[in-house]
Parts: sequence; structure tokens; C-alpha cells
Amino acid sequence: MTTAQIKQTPLASAHKELGARMVDFAGWFMPVQYKSIVSEHTAVRTNCGLFDVSHMGEFLVTGPKAHDFIQFMVANDINKLDKPNMALYTQMCTDEGGTVDDLIVYRLDGGYLLVVNASNIDKDWAWLNENVDEYKGVALKDLSNDMGLLALQGPKAVDLMASLAGDWVKDIPSFHYATGKVDGIECAWGRTGYTGEDGFEIFIAANKAEKLWKKILDKGQAFGIEPCGLGARDTLRLEAGLPLYGHELDENTSPLEAGLGWSVKLEKGEFMGSSTLNAQKKMGLSKQLICLRTEGKALPRQGYPVFDGERQIGSITSGSQGITVGYPIANAFVPRGYSEIGKKVTVQIRDAKVVGEVIKRPFYKRK
Amino acid sequence: MGDTAGKTLLYPAELKYVKTHEFIRVEGSEATIGITAFAADQLGDVTYVELPKVGAKLKKEAKFGVIESVKSVSDLYSPLSGEVTAVNDRLSSEPELVNLDCYNEGWMLKVKLSDAKELDGAMSADDYKKFVVE
Repeated sequence: MTTAQIKQTPLASAHKELGARMVDFAGWFMPVQYKSIVSEHTAVRTNCGLFDVSHMGEFLVTGPKAHDFIQFMVANDINKLDKPNMALYTQMCTDEGGTVDDLIVYRLDGGYLLVVNASNIDKDWAWLNENVDEYKGVALKDLSNDMGLLALQGPKAVDLMASLAGDWVKDIPSFHYATGKVDGIECAWGRTGYTGEDGFEIFIAANKAEKLWKKILDKGQAFGIEPCGLGARDTLRLEAGLPLYGHELDENTSPLEAGLGWSVKLEKGEFMGSSTLNAQKKMGLSKQLICLRTEGKALPRQGYPVFDGERQIGSITSGSQGITVGYPIANAFVPRGYSEIGKKVTVQIRDAKVVGEVIKRPFYKRK
Repeated sequence: MGDTAGKTLLYPAELKYVKTHEFIRVEGSEATIGITAFAADQLGDVTYVELPKVGAKLKKEAKFGVIESVKSVSDLYSPLSGEVTAVNDRLSSEPELVNLDCYNEGWMLKVKLSDAKELDGAMSADDYKKFVVE
């Protein structure tokens, strides 16, 4: 373990001005909350919230064989990106079907942009470079340090963005992106997010990020905006049924086991990890991710054991108060046979055992 | 970590404080205990407080309960020894009182002191303030 210097996003000083509580997240100096997780979470569900996600990684992939290379490296079918300006959620797998990372692939005019988790930037970069040799002419470029990334999310996010950038941004379809300007600042808006709400993720040059951040917060006052930290980002994504790498996904867990089968396209032909994933599909999964609602007020948290009677069958991967739904919620890995809706298990929360009921994913779905 | 920039946290002068971030309000042979503004701020949104029942015997520096927020879970440690004479039942339905008003509405227990000398080791408001900024 090296004692690498903690990295800062271009917005570090803006966060401190706002009185954010800053923490070390995956080697980055990041805001965990400004006012409170509950108020930030609620702002995103009812109005809108602005997140700094500049810590995420961006890799540019170009060259005539860029398509074939990415198609081999990811589990989803990038042929669905049949024209530029489209985006796709997917995972990169190990040769054994474990998950290296989950990511979004954007098709650009003449290349692809991969947006990866901050905690996995170095690992993903090495993994891509290790496998690129057969694809002669493919160039990989790490843009992570040059790019800022903001997420504007919530039912009022689109109207707020339109008031700054023009009404045309309302017409960007889900999982598409478009480029344009706000007061001369070049931006790219992806109609994507990690909260279960409508909104945008906005790519911007790192040195312009603070200017745009402040502009959105100023204009957003009339829309009930709150700056939001990683705390609310986590409670929002958990309620919306979205996985977090290191919790629901890791190198010992396949995307099929994590309930992401909808994004795994085995029929597209051979790709990294496909033989294991095919076998898992044929033989059945040895573990499955379930959603639990637990009784009482104590919260199920990562690592807490899950029991069937006296026998431990699995453990919690993420858990929290479901701030919008109003009860404690959790994800857990358990063996096959425990995923039926309504099934009861018990969760050990410190020295008490509480009943957990399997419920449908996601915990929260916007109307 | 623990940057509280932009917030002013209050530590009333009439209270005593311990290193585990509980406060003590002494009223004759009884004391009211709860957690300090610093602790409440660090925890963030409190969702659950697990407290002992009336009649329970507390031992100084021993665990007496659990406090849980969206972000984390922590044990509560008794700042003194004695018998619990009252419990703030409102916290079971309104745990957010700990964030809103930790010293008054968000109190946790009233305790009959078994040894008033134990209070000598507790900190004054000024000393506690110095302790938490370090």
C-alpha cells in the first residue's frame, strides 16, 4: 500500500465554501454531505440536486478496431449504439466472469468514451491495456484528469438545465447525449444518472467545472436545488436498485449474480468472461442478489449476516434507511431458492435478529 | 475528516462533558445524559436510538446503548454510574430530536448518581470544546 497523495476534484474549494463535510473516498477528497443526507436525498426526489462526480474516470477509445475491442471487453452489446450520441450501461468481466467494473459506454463521433468508477480507474486502465494488443491501431487515452463531471438529478433537473442551456436539452432522450454551450462554456449532457430520477450527467473541461457548478446552484435556487454529497448519492442509488462496485459487484461476483442479466448479452458471441457466464446461465447461479425490507428501526448494514433459521445463508452488501420509502432496506447475496417475493429471512443486527422480507427490486421507482 | 466548517456547535457552560461525547446535566443527586452537539453533527441524521429501561444500572464508561444514523452506527457510553430513573421515550418515534436539540428535547436518560465524585473527571464546556477541535 502506498501513501499516495489524496486527489482533489476541480470543485474541492467550492465544496469547502459550502461547508461540506469532506472525506477520503477511494483516494479522493470528496463531500459526503453539505446539510444532511436526508435533506439532500429528499431534494433529489422532490426538486433537484447537484453532485460533483468529477472523481469518476473517463477513457477515450479510438481507432478502426475500437468497436471490436470494446465489444470483446464488455458484457452488453455495443451494436445497440447504432449511431453516435448514444450510451449504454455495461460491465467489464474477468476471464472467470467476475466483475472488473461497471461502466457507461458513450458512442462519440469517431470513437467511444468509457466512464468508469473512481475506485477502479487504475485497475481498469491496466486491464484495458493488457488486452488491447490484438486490436492493432486502437488508441487508449485517459482523460480523467482533464474532465469534470456534474450530475444534476431530480424531477426539476431538466427544466433547470433548459433554463440555462435552452429548451432543446429537454429533447435529449434517455441514454443519449448532446453537446452545446452554457454562457460560452462547452458541455456534453448525458441523459443518465445514478439516483432513480430524471436528469443529466454533464461533462465539462476541468477548469470550467467550478463556473458551471456555481451557475447551476445559483439558477437552481428557484428550483429548490441542494448540493448533494456521496452520502445521498448512496441512499438514492440503493433505493433505486442500482449496484455499487465493492458492494453488489466485485471480481468474485458476476453481473448475472448481481441481478444485471438484462445488460448481459450472451447471444452476441464470445467476449471476456462469456464462457463462465454461459455456464452460470446453463447451470444456474450459486448466489443471487435479493432486496430486503427489515422490521424495526435498526439498520441492516454491509457485512451483517443473513440467516434461514439458525443457518447463515449470506450477508448484506448494502443497507440503509430507505429515506423515501420510509423503512430500512438492504441488498444481500443468498443461495438460489431464497429470491421469491415475500420470503422471510432473518438479519443479525448487532445482538438482535430481525425479520427481513424479500421484496421486489427496485425499492423505489419514480412515477 | 470531521470538518465542521460553516457550522457553530454549542456547548452550554452549565453542562459537563466526557471524551466519548456524552454530556451530563447535574440536578441534585440526579443527572440527565445525552450526546453532545459535536457527536450529533458527526453522526448526521439520527434514525434510531436504543436505550436501557428504567431501573437499569449504568456503569461509568460501560456501553449503555446504541445510536444509529443514515451514515453510521455508534455505541453510547455512560459518563457515570447509577440507576436509570427515566428514559426519553420520544426518541423511539422522533430520533431526529437528537439532531435538532441534543441538550433539551433530545436528552436520553435520567440517572440517580451512585457516586458524585465520578463527576470530578468530566470536562467543562471550554475543555470539551478544546478537546473536539484537536
